[in-house]
Amino acid sequence: MNVSQRILIGVLMLSIVAVSGSPCYIIDETESAVVTQFGKPVGVAVTDPGLKFKVPFVQKVNRFEKRFLEWDGEPNQIPTRDKRFIWVDTTARWRISDPLLFFQRLRDERGAQSRLDDILDGATRNTIAKHNLLQLVRSSNRTAETSTETGGNQDKLTKIEAGRDELAAEVLAAGVAGSADLGIEILDFRFKRINYVEEVRKEVYTRMISERNRIAEQYRSEGHGEAARIAGEQERELKIISSEAYRTATEIKGKADAAAADIYADAYNRDPEVYAFLKTMELYRTSFDENTEAILQTDGEFLRFFDDPG
Amino acid sequence: MKDQLQSIYELLEGGGGKPPEIKIPGRLIVTVVLALVLVSVGWSCFYTVEPEEVGVVLRFGEYNRETPPGLHLKMPTPIERALKVPVQRQLKMEFGFRTVSAGVRSQYERKSMLGQSLMLTGDLNVAVVEWIAQFRVRDSYKYLFKVRNPRATLGVLNEAVMRQVIGDRTVNEVLTVGRQAIAAEVEVRLQALCDQYDLGIKIEQVVLQDVNPPDPVKPSFNEVNQAQQEKERLINEALTAYNKVIPRARGEALQLVQEAEGYATDRVNRAEGDAAAFKAVLAAWKKAPKVTRKRIYLETMEQVYSKLGSKQIIDDDLAGVLPLLQLGKGGAR
Repeated sequence: MNVSQRILIGVLMLSIVAVSGSPCYIIDETESAVVTQFGKPVGVAVTDPGLKFKVPFVQKVNRFEKRFLEWDGEPNQIPTRDKRFIWVDTTARWRISDPLLFFQRLRDERGAQSRLDDILDGATRNTIAKHNLLQLVRSSNRTAETSTETGGNQDKLTKIEAGRDELAAEVLAAGVAGSADLGIEILDFRFKRINYVEEVRKEVYTRMISERNRIAEQYRSEGHGEAARIAGEQERELKIISSEAYRTATEIKGKADAAAADIYADAYNRDPEVYAFLKTMELYRTSFDENTEAILQTDGEFLRFFDDPG
Repeated sequence: MKDQLQSIYELLEGGGGKPPEIKIPGRLIVTVVLALVLVSVGWSCFYTVEPEEVGVVLRFGEYNRETPPGLHLKMPTPIERALKVPVQRQLKMEFGFRTVSAGVRSQYERKSMLGQSLMLTGDLNVAVVEWIAQFRVRDSYKYLFKVRNPRATLGVLNEAVMRQVIGDRTVNEVLTVGRQAIAAEVEVRLQALCDQYDLGIKIEQVVLQDVNPPDPVKPSFNEVNQAQQEKERLINEALTAYNKVIPRARGEALQLVQEAEGYATDRVNRAEGDAAAFKAVLAAWKKAPKVTRKRIYLETMEQVYSKLGSKQIIDDDLAGVLPLLQLGKGGAR
C-alpha cells in the first residue's frame, strides 16, 4: 500500500469511529440523552452532564433538550361566547420531563411541537368559546382612574367574574391533562396577543370615534352651560347691587329730609307769626326787580311821612 | 514519542509495490497535520473574557467554574469549553418600534411593528403602545442553561405582560394618567415571570414610549382635547365678563350711597343753620318786638324800592285815579 491509500484508509477508519464507534460521549448542561441499541432504549435516561461511556458501534446516543422550550401557537381567529371573532396568539413553555417516555411517544421535538399544537390550540378554542371577550382581555376588577373632575363622561371598567389569568390557567390545566403521558411537562401558558379581526377593527374604530365625539360634545355643552350660569349669576348680582344701593340711598335721603323738617318745624313753631313776617320780608327782597312797576299809596308804612312829617 | 513518530514514518514509507504516481513526502504530511492539530489544541487553551462579561467553563459538558474578565487558561476544547455571558452590560429590547439609526437624533420605524404595538384596552378600545425593557443578566448559569432562547422568551413575556396590564385599564388611563402606574406594574410582573421561568435576568426598567390611539381614531381624540380647551375658554370668558361688571357695579353703588349721605349731611346742617339763625333772631326780637319789626320792615323796603323799575306815588286821597294811569311807561324816580 502506498501512502495515499494508507491515508485514505486512515480517514475512513476515523469516520467510522466518529459515527458510532466512539466509546464515550459528552452530555452538556443543556442536554439529556437516551442510549439506544439497535433502535431500542437501553437503561434509564441520562440527565447529568459530564463524560459518559457506551458500547461503540452498537449503541447510539439520542440527545434531547433539558432546557425550558418555547411553544408558539398559530395565530388564529377564535370566536368568543359573545360571538366576537378575535385573533389570538398564544405561547407556552414546556420541557421534556421524561426523556425516555418522550423518546417512545414523540420521538423528537418536531413531533412534540405538533402534538402540543393539537392539544393547546384545541384547549384554547374551547376555553375562549366558553367566555366573553371582556374576560379574555381583563385580569382584575380594579376601578379606573379618571383624569379630570368630570367623572361622568370617563370610561368605566365593567366588572368581570373570571379574567385572563383564570382563562390561561384553564387552558394550561387542559394542556397538562392532555400531555400527561407524553413525557413532557407544560409549565406555563399565556395569551401573547389578542386583537380584533380586520373588519371588526373598523367597526371598533367607528365606535371609538363616535364615543369620543360624544365626550367632546359633552365637554362643549358643559362649557356653554357653565358660561350661561355665570352670565345669569352676573345679572342677578348686578340687579341686587343696584337695587340695594338705590334703597339705601333713598332711605338716607328720606331720613335726612325728615330730620331737616323736624328741625325747621321745631324752630319756627316757637313763634309762627314772627317766622311768617321774616320770611315775607325775605321774599319781598328777592321777588321784585327793575322790571316791576309799583303803584304806591302814601298811607303805607314806608310813605307815611311823605305828605306829612307828622 | 520519537519512536512512535518513527514507526509512523516506517508504516507510511514501508513496503514496495507500484512506484507512486505522485511523489508526496509522507513525512511532510504527517508533520503538517500534527502541527495543525497541536496549534489548534494549543489555541483552544486560551480564552479572553471582556470587561462586561463573565466566563463560564464546562468540563465534559458539566458546569465547572465561572471566571472574571481577562485572559484565562483552560484545558483543550473537547475537554473544556468556555462560554461568555454579558452580565455587566445593560441590554435593551424595543417593542412596537425599531431604532433605524441611533444618534443625537435617532430615527425610528413604526409602521411595520404595528403587530407588536396594537392592543386592546380594558374597555375594549384599541391603543398603540410602544415601550422598551432594559435588563441585565443576573445569573449566568440560569441564563445559559435553563431556558432555550432566553432573549426570545423575554420578548414573548414582555408582550404578554404588557397586554395583560393594558387590558385592565381604560383607553383614557392608557393615554393619559395611567402611564407611570402601567410601567411600574409591567416591571413588577415581568420580573416575577423572569424569576418563575428561571431566566436569570434582572429587569432594570420598563419605560413606555409613545402611547397613541390608532391613526384612524386620532382626530377624534384630538377633538376631545380641543373640546376640553373650548369648555375652559367659555368658562373663562364668562368669568372675565363677570369680573369686569360686578366690581364696577359695586363701586358705583357705593358712590350712590355716599352721595346720599353727603346730601343728608348737607340738608341737616343747612336746616340746623337756618334754625339756629332764626332762634337767634327770635331771641333778639323778643327783647324789643315793635322796634325790631319796624326796623326790619323799613330795611327791607329800602332794598325793594331801590330795585324797582318804575314807581308811581299816588296820594291816598286820589285813590280813584288808578284807571286813568298809563301803565307800562317808566315813571318818575
